[in-house]
Amino acid sequence: MNPCMSTPPVSTPFPQIAVRCEGVTKSFGTGAAAVQALRGVDLEVRTGELLMLVGPSGCGKTTLISVIAGVLRRDGGACEVFGQDYLAITEQETTRFRGKRIGFVFQAFNLIPTLTAAENVSAPLVIQGMSRKPAVARAREMLRQVGFDERMQDSSPVDLSGGQQQRVAIARALVHQPNLIVCDEPTSALDSETGRKVMELMRELAVATNRALIVVTHDARIFEFADRIARMEDGRITGIETLKTNAASAAETRSA
Amino acid sequence: MYYYALKMLIGDRAKYIGIIIGLTFASLLITQQSAIFAGIMTRTFSFLTDVSLPDIWVVDPQVQYIDDIKPMQDTKVLRIRGVKGVEWAVPLYKGALRARLENGTFQTCLAIGLDDETLIGGPPRMVAGRLSDLRRSDGVILDQNGAEGKLARSGPDGRRIPLKVGDTLELNDHRVYVVGICEVTQTFQANPVIYTTYSRATTFAPQERKLLSFVAAKAKAGEDAETVCARIREVTGLMAYTPERFKELTFYYYLKYTGMPVNFMTAVALGFIVGITISGQTFYNFTLDNLRYFGTLKAMGTSNRTLLKMILLQALIVGGIGYGLGVGLASAWGALLGGRTQIAFYLPWQLLLITAAAILCICLSSAALSIRKVMKLEPAVVFRS
Repeated sequence: MNPCMSTPPVSTPFPQIAVRCEGVTKSFGTGAAAVQALRGVDLEVRTGELLMLVGPSGCGKTTLISVIAGVLRRDGGACEVFGQDYLAITEQETTRFRGKRIGFVFQAFNLIPTLTAAENVSAPLVIQGMSRKPAVARAREMLRQVGFDERMQDSSPVDLSGGQQQRVAIARALVHQPNLIVCDEPTSALDSETGRKVMELMRELAVATNRALIVVTHDARIFEFADRIARMEDGRITGIETLKTNAASAAETRSA
Repeated sequence: MYYYALKMLIGDRAKYIGIIIGLTFASLLITQQSAIFAGIMTRTFSFLTDVSLPDIWVVDPQVQYIDDIKPMQDTKVLRIRGVKGVEWAVPLYKGALRARLENGTFQTCLAIGLDDETLIGGPPRMVAGRLSDLRRSDGVILDQNGAEGKLARSGPDGRRIPLKVGDTLELNDHRVYVVGICEVTQTFQANPVIYTTYSRATTFAPQERKLLSFVAAKAKAGEDAETVCARIREVTGLMAYTPERFKELTFYYYLKYTGMPVNFMTAVALGFIVGITISGQTFYNFTLDNLRYFGTLKAMGTSNRTLLKMILLQALIVGGIGYGLGVGLASAWGALLGGRTQIAFYLPWQLLLITAAAILCICLSSAALSIRKVMKLEPAVVFRS
């Protein structure tokens, strides 16, 4: 294990617990074909914190964020997101909770190609019940905030570059003011420069506004943007590294 | 979300058009074939449709349908006139006569012999001449289609010259004069229709002991036609039907004893199957292609109920457009060809409803497959690259 790593919990600069997982387990399949994806994961994420989940392919990173985001039900252990245990509520309530409190950024962007960039961003608001016109207006504002070219707001995602699509995806993840944002490999489809810009933007727009961010990544070029890096292996967290500089600057931003 | 559902649908042009084409074709085939079938079936009792005055038809008890003529004795008319509740009763002749054409060939015609005194049972609309002209010696009235078609003469340049008032015709070796041209509902056999008086028709007809085809009667005011029919049956031993019942009898005879329903139902079923396979498959593929986006919407908080409504809306929109186009094309086809040719085409509102139900069924079946897929979709699919 890396000597600079410590075990959780360490995050004193971050006041409120956003995610608390204890002994979370999850397996797929049954009998001899069963695969144990999570083997008792303990993890805490606090508001205002950017936590990166790293580890080799198949170690359970995506399964863990799926459980945290409430898109996958855990088998065992405890997991609360802003005090809410998904197993204690119905699937419908989980869907509503997810729609209100969680934002998603996907590796493949998952922007609906037949909608414009602005319409894609407005979707979470419309899902929450806002009418289309004000939702699209707010989406345009959000796109401006993420530095998206205004002339491209009515373009189809297929006409946008990878970096532009990821900006749209980030705007979509933020537009409804969620408390937790989960990102799956947000920079893997982007070149180095664009990847950095995207991460800078995420820190600026998400962490600074006291949200919690969990980023699953393989991309070592963006590790520097994390407050903490949790390493996973074989369905377990094997260590958590705190990057002091980011953690301190995040605390400063909040107090300012 | 419904706006976005529509944009998702319309945005995928190739599949959208594919689904519409499939549904249009299904709707067209179902409507057109049903309308032709309905048209043909209404022709089976066209004679009853055209003769509106009588509300009672009396026939031999062995008669199974309108064209199944089993002649009766002429005296039966008098017996029916004597039944309580009968206002009037007149004899009618209906049979096949051979017309000799100018070129020496023969054309079978449907001859209708009307009561000499009242001329009850005449054509619904005269195009030339008057019905009363039948009282002129050897007078006949021809139907317009027959006069312009099968009975028309050939000009020196080969063009067809329609028969007109004043022309002569040879019917079973009898010279007759055309005294009028009328419009009739096309008959099932599509033979020319010739109206003349009862006495003249029975003179032209091959000599038999009995020649009376029907007795057309009217119930007295205040008398129920069904009750009078029952009374006629009881008193005379003949069969008496109201026009509706006689039409039904004819309709079900053709339905039961001809292969027509099977043929047309096969075509209709084909339309249905084509609709299910082309549109259903394309719609399902459209959903599969969009599964990732449905998963994304689900992850972002869209409920299963909303997704179900989105898919149903998409299915109903393509269904509505396909239905409209199909029915429109079928109606245009019917209007275009029905006016110019003698194609049977009858499109009552009931057929429109049946087609709508069939298309709805196709859409809902297609949507059901897609809905099942989306409902079972785990939102975690969004994290799979």
